[in-house]
Amino acid sequence: MGVLDSKEPQGPLANKWTKHKNEIDLVNPANKRNIDIIVVGTGLAGGSAAATLAELGYNVKTFCYQDSPRRAHSIAAQGGVNAAKNYQGDGDSVYRLFYDTVKGGDYRSRESNVYRLAEVSTNIIDQCVAQGVPFAREYGGLLDNRSFGGVLVSRTFYAKGQTGQQLLLGAYAAMNRQIQRGKIKSYTRHEMLDLVLVDGKARGIIARDLVNGEIERHSAHAVVLATGGYGNLFFLSTYCMGANVMAAWKAHKKGAFFANPCFTQIHPTCIPVSGDHQSKLTLMSESLRNDGRIWVPKRLEDAQAIREGKLKPTQLGEEERDYYLERRYPAFGNLVPRDVASRAAKERCDAGFGVNKTGEAVYLDFSAAIMRYGREKALTSGMKDVDDNTIRELGEKIVEAKYGNLFQMYEKIVDENPYKTPMMIYPAVHYTMGGLWVDYNLQTTIPGCYAAGEANFSDHGANRLGASALMQGLADGYFVLPYTIGDYLSDDIRTGPIPTDSPEFDAAEKNVTDRLQKLMSGTGIHSVDYYHKKLGKIMWNKCGMSRNAKELKEAIKEIAELRKDFWENVKIPGSPDGKNQELEKAGRVADFLELGELFAKDALERNESCGGHFREEYQTPEGEALRDDENFKFVSAWEYMGEPSDAKLHKEDLVYENIKVKTRSYK
Amino acid sequence: MKLYLKIWRQKNASTKGQMVDYTLNGVESDMSFLEMLDILNEELISKGEEPVEFDHDCREGICGTCSLMINGRPHGPDSRITVCQLHMRSFNDGDEIVIEPWRAKAFPVVKDLIVDRTAFDRIQQAGGYISVNTSGRPVDANAIPIEKDMADKSFNAATCIGCGACVAACKNASAMLFTSAKVSQFALLPQGQVEAVERVENMVRQMDLEGFGNCTNTGACEIECPKGISLENIARMNREYLFASVKG
Repeated sequence: MGVLDSKEPQGPLANKWTKHKNEIDLVNPANKRNIDIIVVGTGLAGGSAAATLAELGYNVKTFCYQDSPRRAHSIAAQGGVNAAKNYQGDGDSVYRLFYDTVKGGDYRSRESNVYRLAEVSTNIIDQCVAQGVPFAREYGGLLDNRSFGGVLVSRTFYAKGQTGQQLLLGAYAAMNRQIQRGKIKSYTRHEMLDLVLVDGKARGIIARDLVNGEIERHSAHAVVLATGGYGNLFFLSTYCMGANVMAAWKAHKKGAFFANPCFTQIHPTCIPVSGDHQSKLTLMSESLRNDGRIWVPKRLEDAQAIREGKLKPTQLGEEERDYYLERRYPAFGNLVPRDVASRAAKERCDAGFGVNKTGEAVYLDFSAAIMRYGREKALTSGMKDVDDNTIRELGEKIVEAKYGNLFQMYEKIVDENPYKTPMMIYPAVHYTMGGLWVDYNLQTTIPGCYAAGEANFSDHGANRLGASALMQGLADGYFVLPYTIGDYLSDDIRTGPIPTDSPEFDAAEKNVTDRLQKLMSGTGIHSVDYYHKKLGKIMWNKCGMSRNAKELKEAIKEIAELRKDFWENVKIPGSPDGKNQELEKAGRVADFLELGELFAKDALERNESCGGHFREEYQTPEGEALRDDENFKFVSAWEYMGEPSDAKLHKEDLVYENIKVKTRSYK
Repeated sequence: MKLYLKIWRQKNASTKGQMVDYTLNGVESDMSFLEMLDILNEELISKGEEPVEFDHDCREGICGTCSLMINGRPHGPDSRITVCQLHMRSFNDGDEIVIEPWRAKAFPVVKDLIVDRTAFDRIQQAGGYISVNTSGRPVDANAIPIEKDMADKSFNAATCIGCGACVAACKNASAMLFTSAKVSQFALLPQGQVEAVERVENMVRQMDLEGFGNCTNTGACEIECPKGISLENIARMNREYLFASVKG
């Protein structure tokens, strides 16, 4: 190993995917019946991949830690899914979606992968509509669209603020059809604890049945990891509580390179942290920025009065508010990409203009939109000479129809009515653009081990634009992986079933049981959460929204020390022979304690600011991120060599043949 | 605030469970209910006791994993929310809070407050889908125009999160609200018409096989549903089923 072969097809960009599909090997339908595939994770990427692989005729086994595949965290995605349909006739095209995505990713994604993503995006919508996904419609019965941060067209398809839910239910329904046909066997409340390699190829997994604690061996001709991202290493994030890096990390330890671990997306519109007891953060969809205006008070004394509860935001007039995004970025305004919006919020709060008790919040204000919609509604309803209160009521109804569930969610958490007073928001960890390194076929550096969706690294670069994660998950699962995996499996038509009684399975199982034993044998007093919270603090403070070399070096040292302490002093009650949530958490946090160190090491290595990775040493005089294309236009892919500090760096140079690499500007 | 908790503890499906009393101090009003339980568990772990196990994941009210009976009501006293969205400001200092798992024969207890809801998955596997090839190239999405009102109704049915509160709230442990929401989502869309007859027959048959009770139109399910799934769906499913029987 050591050479990263991306296997990108040659030739014109627009023909690459078609050419590749024409040239890769196929598996005869009769032979597909003799081939087994394991899919770990059943969110948008895993669910759609499992359904499609089964549809093609492969025997599929799916694994998820939840009690049902339909509970994967894709379900919580709110805003929408992009597709270059150009239904609105506003100038959209496959090339433009490709361009926006590469630019939005700060030129750190792979050109050919992103183009393919844009190309198949239109199929995703057709597929989902055929499956009965109830997207929002216009009165004429056609599909409705909205706009998202970082783009100038309306290409986002949505189902109120619950798009992820509807898309996941679509993939889950497709899975159910295959389960009923006997082509998918679904293992729920199961966790993958190791990857098994036979002759250097991924040939199975060791899983734990989380209900009875039994360790199981499962073999297959190929293993697909669609296990999402690792943002939970920050402890506080918008991820679900169970999201972990276990499967990907085990694959990394078995030889899969881990790419760009430091590229994290910080989402600008989350409900701010309220106290030390907090277990997670809740996102308010980015779609709110279509109608919400973001501001802080212009004067420091007003901000202070608001923090002390002496002044209400509604008491400040237009001229006393600083709509800082509209001021700094007139072309995109409140719809600048997530990294830009997040950093701008942090900058204002650091300067003392924050509006909640802790000074870490800005306003997202809907009053202008409510009045604008109300006036339009009054006019179209033939109402003349109506007073402001009526207009406001009419407008609130329109805003409710668009974002009602989000407003309700906010009110439940914060105990304030966002129709009457502006929401408070602050950035939070939301998505990880890094992940297992994959080639154009989505294969990791381990033959037969594939990674799809957020678990791989390839499409989002250093920053992810809104409504592109759902797009990538479904593109990988429905349209890319089912083709590309055939190229590999065509060599396996005579292999026959993979036995699970081989020395390789014995060794992997022993490895797993030893580790569980070691975790259970801790004699200290600290809970798993104690360590997780400590790790999260280090990560947020020193590897979060902005980073510098000094603090990254400190973080590396502190994480290594914390990891040592964890293995000596963690206390896990109960036994490993049945359901034990503490033990489940412990295994996951143990992995985060290794990944966290590699994360900081990767951030330290990258001497530039780029997307979600902002190095304080590299910024323009205006405080914008300063990229270094000459020296860092590459993917960092780390090879496991024992301790995270020993990881070896490999570089995949990124080549842009079809897009001019420019300074990202949203002014 | 100080709370007196009565919590159902049960080692696994084959052992008998019991209510256990706990006293918890220092609960703040802006904590979520699950964060309150996190704090209780931290205390238990520090004493070397086993923490109370409960199902939860997204903590945003959408995955449908959390499932607690709180003072006899699924998802607790507030309406239209899941437990993870319930905040301690809904309780007072000195309150006694009774916490139990979902109560239904078709939802056996896994451990403590966790139940097995895979019966819901099997109902959906019996027909809760539209049979299209996932690897194909279907017609352009806008070639199937759908009346906005119907699309919205279908969406409203589709917002069911499969948490099981409807079953837990029902005196007969009926799964009619859940099953009817799944049937309705497809019944309201043109794409779902082709298999409508088979779908409703198969899903209702599976629902009965799983041991859920009958619907007696009490309406507790709708009241306790965190997503406000309407009883209209049950009426629609009954019509679909009747039509299927006549046609069949």
